[in-house]
Amino acid sequence: MLRTADSAAEPPAGPANAVYQARGITKTYHMGEIDVYALRGVDLDLYEGEFVVLLGPSGSGKSTLLNILGGLDVPTAGSVNYRGRNLMKDDDALLTGYRRDHVGFVFQFYNLIPSLTARENVALVTEIARHPMTPEAALQLVNMDHRLDHFPAQLSGGEQQRVAIARAISKRPDVLLCDEPTGALDINTGILVLEAIQRVNRDLGTTTAVITHNAAIADMADRVISVADGRISSVRSNTHKLSPQELRW
Amino acid sequence: MKAIDRKLVRDALQMWGQLLAICAVIGCGVATFVMSLSALEALRTTQGTYYDRYRFADVFVGLKRAPNALEPRFAEIPGVAHTQTRVVRDVTLDLPDLDEPAAGRLISIPENGQISLNALHLRSGRYIELGRDDEVLASEGFADAHGLHPGDKVTAIINGRRKDLRIVGTALSPEYVYTIRWGALVPDDKRYGVFWMGRRALAAAFSMEGAFNDVTLDLAPGADEQEVIERLDDLVRPYGGLGAHGRRDQISNRFLSDEIRQLQRMGTIIPSIFLSVAAFLLNVVLSRIIALQRDQIAALKAFGYSNLAVGMHFLKLVLAVAVVGVIIGSCVGYWLGLRITVMYTRFYKFPMLYFAIPPKVALTALAASSLAAIGGTINVIRRAVNLPPAEAMRPEPPASYRPTLLERMGLAGWFTQPSRMILRHIERRPLKAFFSSFGMALAVAILMLGRFAADSLDYLLDAQFSLSQRQDLAVNFLEPTSMSGFHDLQHVVGAMYVEPRRMVPVRLRNGHLQRRTMIQGVIDDPQLNHLVNENLQSVPLPKEGIVLNSKLAELLEVKTGDTLSMEVLEGSRAVREVPVTGLTTEFLGTFCYMNFQAINRLLGEGDSLTDAYLKVDDSRLEEMYRRLKEAPRVASVTIKKTSIRSFRETVMDNMLQMQFFNVIFACIIAFGVVYNTARIALSERGRELASLRVLGLTRGEISFILLGELAVLTLMALPLGIAMGWLLVKIVCSFLDTEMYRIPFVVAPATYGFSVSVVIVAAILSGLVVRRRLDHLDLIAVLKTRE
Repeated sequence: MLRTADSAAEPPAGPANAVYQARGITKTYHMGEIDVYALRGVDLDLYEGEFVVLLGPSGSGKSTLLNILGGLDVPTAGSVNYRGRNLMKDDDALLTGYRRDHVGFVFQFYNLIPSLTARENVALVTEIARHPMTPEAALQLVNMDHRLDHFPAQLSGGEQQRVAIARAISKRPDVLLCDEPTGALDINTGILVLEAIQRVNRDLGTTTAVITHNAAIADMADRVISVADGRISSVRSNTHKLSPQELRW
Repeated sequence: MKAIDRKLVRDALQMWGQLLAICAVIGCGVATFVMSLSALEALRTTQGTYYDRYRFADVFVGLKRAPNALEPRFAEIPGVAHTQTRVVRDVTLDLPDLDEPAAGRLISIPENGQISLNALHLRSGRYIELGRDDEVLASEGFADAHGLHPGDKVTAIINGRRKDLRIVGTALSPEYVYTIRWGALVPDDKRYGVFWMGRRALAAAFSMEGAFNDVTLDLAPGADEQEVIERLDDLVRPYGGLGAHGRRDQISNRFLSDEIRQLQRMGTIIPSIFLSVAAFLLNVVLSRIIALQRDQIAALKAFGYSNLAVGMHFLKLVLAVAVVGVIIGSCVGYWLGLRITVMYTRFYKFPMLYFAIPPKVALTALAASSLAAIGGTINVIRRAVNLPPAEAMRPEPPASYRPTLLERMGLAGWFTQPSRMILRHIERRPLKAFFSSFGMALAVAILMLGRFAADSLDYLLDAQFSLSQRQDLAVNFLEPTSMSGFHDLQHVVGAMYVEPRRMVPVRLRNGHLQRRTMIQGVIDDPQLNHLVNENLQSVPLPKEGIVLNSKLAELLEVKTGDTLSMEVLEGSRAVREVPVTGLTTEFLGTFCYMNFQAINRLLGEGDSLTDAYLKVDDSRLEEMYRRLKEAPRVASVTIKKTSIRSFRETVMDNMLQMQFFNVIFACIIAFGVVYNTARIALSERGRELASLRVLGLTRGEISFILLGELAVLTLMALPLGIAMGWLLVKIVCSFLDTEMYRIPFVVAPATYGFSVSVVIVAAILSGLVVRRRLDHLDLIAVLKTRE
């Protein structure tokens, strides 16, 4: 499904189009010797095909929210529905299957396997996915087809992140969840990475959520959800989306 | 190959040093296992086949003299399949290449070659010919020891007359796989030989025509051996029967079976210990590998790899290490097993040898190693895969440290900043530090285990030959001899002191438990034959009663103060109840002792002796030997020095060969353990140390932090290792306890020193490897990525 920048301004309303419906999500966990309240009752909907930026300072709880949506973590209280399926009811095996079939992850620190080449890192996922593209095709989408056989240590940070994106989208996921994908990159490299993400969202129609503390990135999103202190503080829709090249930070 | 498997292969290649060390440890365990068990299987199969094919008898009895007419009566005993009567006589040999007399045993064989039991295997030459009264077959060991070949002659003293025996061939017999004289501690091919001679010629030489003095039987399937023994005893008693016995008390068989039993225990206990060490090591290494791959595991799970898939990923690594270890170990074990077996055949003489690694041994090794490897790591793997991915993705929170106990006690000023880092690091995770130390302690322990045997045997020789048996030589008479024989000995040139002894075969009974052994009559206040207890204190031998060695007492389940029934198996055949008046500690055999006069009284004869212990004047030894050779009643002379030497050459040599391999294995394990500890410390703290380098610390200073920790862990390991080694040695000693000999629990200071040194050297070498790596730390790369 192809979407243009114009039509994205108004998200289609109604539960039929909601990919995620999260209600009252609370998460506390222990880190070292202290208890951390990461989320304090968050309600959130994400819609089919949209590009959402979750914006907030570090420690605001946005990573926790993303992990819960991605089935990496379970909330202490509240409910999460994915296309009408209650993720809260899923056990570990079902969550694993959910991640395998529906979710693509991109992490701030890439999390590439250092002992595998770019192609092999992508193959790691295509080998267990149901309808994957080839690793080469995925790497081509992020303009990394010229460095197929390089190991992570031989790639720059931006290149590593693009391999990570290729790895995430190679299974044709329904949602792409990116946790500070440009956090460790300079602006020029960051733009390349954002372009890759945007292309995936646009060309494949993959519902995409990007976490960032960088307000500039918000301008390329359909919707911007601000998170602060474990709560959603505001939600706005961009009437005019910028392309990554137009972003400045 | 799947990408995830490719990751495995590349990870393994990256850690090849550590993994190789673990492979080596597993390999060592498997090698000792395969070595012992393949040697065991070879001995067992060879023994079984040999006994079967050469019709080794089941029941044996010696007697004084019985007419041939008695022979058919033996076959009538229910359960007896075949019988064979023989003439067996011990003679003195006069050998040109030996100053002292040697002992020979002549055994009759039918001239027609139809030996029904205990068949001979001809090794060289030919069988004896009918009508020649001087032809003999010689035992191969004896012929080899003297360089005798078919056609050569040996002089025997038969009834006081010299007779030349012409060797026409050499042979082996299932009765003499281990050719050792009754009462001797070790085989001595130079001074004891077995000869097979035509029945007619032998009988004629000893006036035994129409008679025999030895019976062997074999049993039909399902026969009751004890029943047959009793019936046989009844038949031969009137003819001076010496008490029938089964294979268990047949001396060659008993040694061989004991050896097999001991090998079996060795083959179980030592590899179990080695494999446990390997499992422990795998556990330590894998848990740290997994700790370092936290984020990779999280990523795999985030992509949808299941817990099972991630678990299998690490399990494959573990199994690969185990399989490689098993393959290396089996090859080495096969080679060593063959060597050991061939060495056994130096004193266990077989006509054939079946050597192979039985499939069940190889499979057991594989199963045991895999189980050890999996058992050692399954918990670590389970913990890793159960880690929620979101949690694994986050860097571990900064570890909480606090001032150490020593610092809290106000000694903070004593420590520099780096020393504090070392101590706090150890104190923060005391369990982890303990496990690292424990691994190295295990290395010390198995080194001690590998090396203690020599200490024990030295002690054994010392206790047996310096404390208990203080004679220079023992003279054995052909038969019990009156006291005039003793007085003659006193006047032989070179004899400084002579102590008479009387050995009598007896059967001891306590309820249903019984044992056939030799009772030794020792005079009052003996100078040369001391009985000592476990503390090496002298045990008095009263006028009445019997003193047992503690092994015999254990077998008969008696203690000091109990009463035993003793049946004398010669002369009067008296049966008496005798009180046990004391226990001696001896490491060889199962002997018992009685007062010299008391024994002779029991036998109902005047005082007589069977052998004597002598202190001699070394300068007149040659002349003394010459006289002894001429003395008609003297059968042979046992020289203590020679016995010690041949004990060293046989029992000890064999043990030491095994020990040599075990020590090498233990060294490999020690290095494996220490090297891994050092490498793991490096991988865990590389980043921290690189940061310190960036802050301006020198290579020497950061090395101190890491190597100082290794040093502290090593120092903690040493006393712990010594304690564990002590315990292991004690356990192994109790496992190796057999009727033929016991291994005293002794660890010499040199063994402690050696074990500790090897671990220290391993620590220093591993430290150097780590130090080299520290010198090449990539400061930028380490700081750029997150943990």
